[in-house]
Amino acid sequence: MNGLKTLWHRLGSPRWFYQMMKPWQTGLGFVALVALLVGTVWGLAFAPEDYQQGNSFRIIYVHVPMVVLAQSAYMMLGSAGFVLLVWRMKMADVAMVAIVPVGMTVTAIGLFSGAVWGRPTWGTWWEWTDARLVSTLVLLFLYVGLYALREAIPRAESAGRACAVLAVVGLINIPIIKYSVEWWTTLHQGATFTATRMSMPIEMAAPLIVNIIGAYCLFGYLVLLNMRTELLRRERDTKWVGALRTEVIDGV
Amino acid sequence: MGLVRLQFQREWRLLARARSEALNPLVFLIMTVTLFALALDGQAQALSRYAAGIFWVLVLLSSLLSLDGMFRRDFEDGSLEQILLLAEVPFLPIIGKMLAQWAATGLPVVLMSPLLGTVLQLPPEALGPLAGALLVGTPTVSMLGAVGAALVVGVRRGGALLGLLVLPLYIPVLIFGTAAVNGLAAGTGGVAQIYWLAAMSVLAVTLAPFAVHAALKISLENG
Repeated sequence: MNGLKTLWHRLGSPRWFYQMMKPWQTGLGFVALVALLVGTVWGLAFAPEDYQQGNSFRIIYVHVPMVVLAQSAYMMLGSAGFVLLVWRMKMADVAMVAIVPVGMTVTAIGLFSGAVWGRPTWGTWWEWTDARLVSTLVLLFLYVGLYALREAIPRAESAGRACAVLAVVGLINIPIIKYSVEWWTTLHQGATFTATRMSMPIEMAAPLIVNIIGAYCLFGYLVLLNMRTELLRRERDTKWVGALRTEVIDGV
Repeated sequence: MGLVRLQFQREWRLLARARSEALNPLVFLIMTVTLFALALDGQAQALSRYAAGIFWVLVLLSSLLSLDGMFRRDFEDGSLEQILLLAEVPFLPIIGKMLAQWAATGLPVVLMSPLLGTVLQLPPEALGPLAGALLVGTPTVSMLGAVGAALVVGVRRGGALLGLLVLPLYIPVLIFGTAAVNGLAAGTGGVAQIYWLAAMSVLAVTLAPFAVHAALKISLENG
């Protein structure tokens, strides 16, 4: 318990975070690179063809990791917002700054790849009565809203907390939105696999799992990269960043 | 409770004196309904089929007009700060303010809806469900909108931003509202959607004041 408490306090220190996360960032980046390379090549070139969808099913190796990530990223964003509002932890604000652009991009890629997949599979780019399509689109709107709100408020601290309120309100709303659209009969096939049940042969699922792991590592890498950059920007006038700067200059 | 009532009365009086501001959304709604009816003239069938959806969208859009000014006036003359400085439970006056906002903008829409629905060629049996769905649905719109309005109150040109922030959150209301009206009019169910709208309103009335309070405090620090 005590160790946890110390960790919590340390997490609030920009300098500690900046230094401790450097190996994590490198490690995650490396794992992401390897996993995405293996998973994508495996999925696109070696996994068996689907007996109904032919080769077009292979887009799930891009689509599913992105959509899964889009939702996880928002969950993280909402949690960070909650932490910021309740405990006023500045690092949570830095995390939010870092997550929003990554989440937004991932959601956009997920939507686009889903539409491209839907065309040969269901014969339509888009289906308004499908819960998952619409709720992912709303997710994109929420990301854009968060981004715009931060841009609009000049004072950084207020901007961060305003975004936190919006993120938490959005977090409460997402299940409601999803449920409301599900009311209509849905076209989307059920979840491809859950933790307990697989409806996909292992030769097809394995590369997908590798790619999902890779996508999460890539997300971790990008968020850490953004966070550490943001920390340097915010702390640019402190001593430790100054020392870092001289170090780099000396190195050159 | 006294604080809620006092703030409600104050707000109501202010809105009654700035009548054009309070009636602006309603006039906007009437205008746009007329425009839709004109644009789809001669296709009464199509119009009546989509009328419920069109009407709900217009209600959501018109709500943005009144929300933009909801906290701005008090923010500019400093009374918002005084409200938040009240020592005991500062969100009570906020609830009063939000309820007054709904009574001044949501309620007139409910009352006018049978007439405006007729303009949109809604069949008579759909007018009751429309008014009912609006009655239980518009509180959610006011409450969620107030959260957005509180977030952008200190922002210049916040009005444009407001739409981006709150319209995605309105989607469940739009879906259940439209489905309720269409279902009840066609006799294929829709009572469940009314319950959903009511449940969301209860949830919004309960939780939104906290979010509004937090957002207003942030906006004041910013200003």
